[in-house]
Amino acid sequence: MTMSPKRFSVRLNTRDGAVDMTHGSGGRAMAQLIEALFVKHFDNDLLRQANDQAAFDVSGGRMVMSTDGHVISPLFFPGGDIGSLSVHGTINDVAMSGARPLYLAAGFILEEGLPLADLEKIVISMGQAARAANVPIVTGDTKVVEKGKADGVFITTTGVGMVPEGVNISGDRARPGDVILVNGSMGDHGVAIMSSRENLQFETTIESDSAALHSLVAEMVMAVPGIHCLRDPTRGGLATTLNELAQQSRVGMNLYETRIPIKPAVNAACELLGLDPLYVANEGKLVCICAQENAQRLLDVMQAHPLGRQAAIIGDVVEDPHGFVQMQTSFGGSRVVDWLTGEQLPRIC
Amino acid sequence: MKYVEEFRRHDLAQQLATAIRREVDPDRHYRLMEFCGGHTHAIFRYGVQNLMPANVSFVHGPGCPVCVLPIARIDHAIQLAQQEDVILCTYADLLRVPASGRKSLLRIKAEGADVRMVYSTQDALRIAHENPDREVVFFAIGFETTTPPTAVAIKQAQNMGLKNFSVFCNHVLTPAAIQNILESPELREMGAVSIDGFFGPSHVSSIIGSQPYEFFAEEFQKPVVIAGFEPLDVMQSALMLIRQLNEGRHEVENEYTRVVTREGNRKAQRLVAEVMELRRYFEWRGLGRVPYSALRVKPSFAEFDAEQRFDVPTIQASDIKGCECPRILRGVKKPTDCKLFGTVCTPENPMGSCMVSSEGACAAYWSYGRFRKSGTEQESVA
Repeated sequence: MTMSPKRFSVRLNTRDGAVDMTHGSGGRAMAQLIEALFVKHFDNDLLRQANDQAAFDVSGGRMVMSTDGHVISPLFFPGGDIGSLSVHGTINDVAMSGARPLYLAAGFILEEGLPLADLEKIVISMGQAARAANVPIVTGDTKVVEKGKADGVFITTTGVGMVPEGVNISGDRARPGDVILVNGSMGDHGVAIMSSRENLQFETTIESDSAALHSLVAEMVMAVPGIHCLRDPTRGGLATTLNELAQQSRVGMNLYETRIPIKPAVNAACELLGLDPLYVANEGKLVCICAQENAQRLLDVMQAHPLGRQAAIIGDVVEDPHGFVQMQTSFGGSRVVDWLTGEQLPRIC
Repeated sequence: MKYVEEFRRHDLAQQLATAIRREVDPDRHYRLMEFCGGHTHAIFRYGVQNLMPANVSFVHGPGCPVCVLPIARIDHAIQLAQQEDVILCTYADLLRVPASGRKSLLRIKAEGADVRMVYSTQDALRIAHENPDREVVFFAIGFETTTPPTAVAIKQAQNMGLKNFSVFCNHVLTPAAIQNILESPELREMGAVSIDGFFGPSHVSSIIGSQPYEFFAEEFQKPVVIAGFEPLDVMQSALMLIRQLNEGRHEVENEYTRVVTREGNRKAQRLVAEVMELRRYFEWRGLGRVPYSALRVKPSFAEFDAEQRFDVPTIQASDIKGCECPRILRGVKKPTDCKLFGTVCTPENPMGSCMVSSEGACAAYWSYGRFRKSGTEQESVA
C-alpha cells in the first residue's frame, strides 16, 4: 500500500489544530496523522512500505537491542526537545555496547489536546536527528489517551545495532588498574532542563548536551577494540553510573575532583540549587573504562572528535570488595561518591 | 565561581591544616560540636575530617530542621494533606520523612493526596492564587533562617487578600536548642560525653546575630565561633576554637564576618516578631519538650494559621524502636553506634530522620564517610 496525501480532503491542521481521540482510533484521522507527520518527516524506504513491521537483512555477528522511554518535562528545552532526545537516547544505549546502530522504532503516546504544531515540531526534530545520525526510524506506533492521562507526549524508541567483531564491552569488565575517562563536561543536560522548569526558571547560557555518540564510539572502538566498559551517565549522573559499574565489576574507583570537567555555569547553578553536579543528568556524555596502556591513545582519539574535545582521564579502578567510589576532593580531603538517593529532579529524560 | 571557590582553595586548606597541627596540644582531645547540618554536610563533602589531627573530632549537632521535627508533626501534616480540597506545599526534604504507620508525604501523594514540592514560599503563594477553590497549606519548617520568608508570605497573603492560604508553622529556635543540649543530664551530670566548643550557625546567625550566644559562652564556659558554611570557614573556625580552648578562653568569636554582625538582621527580626510569637514549649526529636523553642502564628494572623484553620486533633506518636536519632542529635552517640544504621536504615529506606535529610548526620556518614579500610570494618571518620 502506498500513501498519497490526496486521499484526505482536508489538510492536517498543524497550525492551530490539536490531537484528538480520533488520531489514535485506527481510522482515517490516524492514517492522515501518520502520513502527514511521521512518514513525511521520518521519510525512508522501510517506513514507506507501510507495514506493521520493518524487514531488513543483517550480516552475521552479534546484534544489540535497546529501548528507552522518554517522558521529559518540558517538551522543549535549551539545546533540544523530546524528539531529538528520544533519538539520541536510544542510539547512545545501543552504541554503549560498541555497536553501530542500524535502525530505530518509535512508539508515541499522545495526550488529547496536544497542539499539532508542537507534535510536528517534535517529529521534525526526530527526523532531523535520525537523518543526521544516519539511523532511520523504520517502524512505529501511535496511541492517544484522554486529556489528563499523559503529559503532552511520551515517546519510546527502540534501536538495534551490530557489534563489530572482536569488541566485547560490558559493565562487568572493569579491572583494578584500569583508567576512567569521560568525553566532556558533566551536568549540562540536567541544568538546562532545570533552567526551563516552570517553577525554577533561572537564566543560564547552558544548553543540553543531547547528542548521538555513536560516531565517537565508532572511532574509539576502532582505535582500541579492547575497551572494557562504556556507559552514558544519564539519570543519576556520573556518580550513579560509576557506582553501577563498580558494583557490576566488583571493584572500587578513585576519582580526582580537579580532573572532572564541569562548566562554571553548571557549577554555579548547582551551587544555587543545592545540587551536586556529579549527580546531574547528561545526554551526550559517556564514561569509558580501559586498560591503562590504552588510555592515552583513547584520550587522543576522543579529543580529536567534536563530541570529545573536553575529554579527560578522571580516575582509576582499584581493588575494593565494598565497591566504593571514592574521590580526592579539590579541597584536599577525600570522600565516598555514593549512589544517588531519591530523586534530584523528576522527569529529566 | 567567584566568592565560592576562594573558600574552597586547596593551598589555603593545607596551610590551615598545618596551623591546626601546630596549635593542638597532643595530650588532650578536642570535641567540637557543629550545631548546623550545613557544617556537617561541608565537613563530609569536602573531606575536612581528613585534614584534622586525630585528636580533633567533630560532634554532629541537631541543627538539621528535618531531623529534629518529631514524627507527630509529620503525622499532623499528613492529616492536613488528606483533608478534602487541601494542597499541601512542602520542601522536598520532608517528602520522604517516615511518619507513623509506615506513611510519609511521598506515600500519601502516591495514594492520591495533593502534595506538591516547592522551592520557596512564593511558589506556595502562587499555587494558592491559581487555585482559589482549594485550600493551600504551606508546611513551614526551619530555624531562624527560613522563618522570615514564611513571615513575608503571610504578610503577602494578607495584602493579596488570599482567603485560601495558611501555614503549618514548625519554625524552631537555635539558642533554645543549644541551651537544652548543654543542660542535658548526659553533659552536666553523667559526664558521659563532653563537648568542648561550638561552631555557631552561619545562616541562622545572619538573622539573629552573634549576640544571643554570649550567654552560653559565659554560663557554660564553652567557646563559640560563628562559622561560615564553606570548608575553609570550618577549618579557620576550628583553629579559632582550639586556640580559645588552649588559652582557657570561652568567648563568642565571629569567623563569618562577611555576613554576620553582632545584632543580626533587625528588619527580618521585626518582621518575624510582627507575625509570629513564642510557643511555651515545642517537642523536638532528640531533645524532647524544649521551653520557648519554637514559633507559632500570632492570633492576629489566625486565618493564615493552619493549626487554627483546620480541626486536626493533637497526635501522640513515638519514635521507631531501636532508632538512635534522639541520642545522635544530642551528640551522645555516633550514627555508627546505631544498630539500624546501614542495616535496615539507609537513605533509600530511612527509618529515622537523620537518614533522610542530606544535612542529617546519618545520611552524611552513609553517603560520604562510610569507606572502610579494605577488609576491616574500621571507620575512617571520627
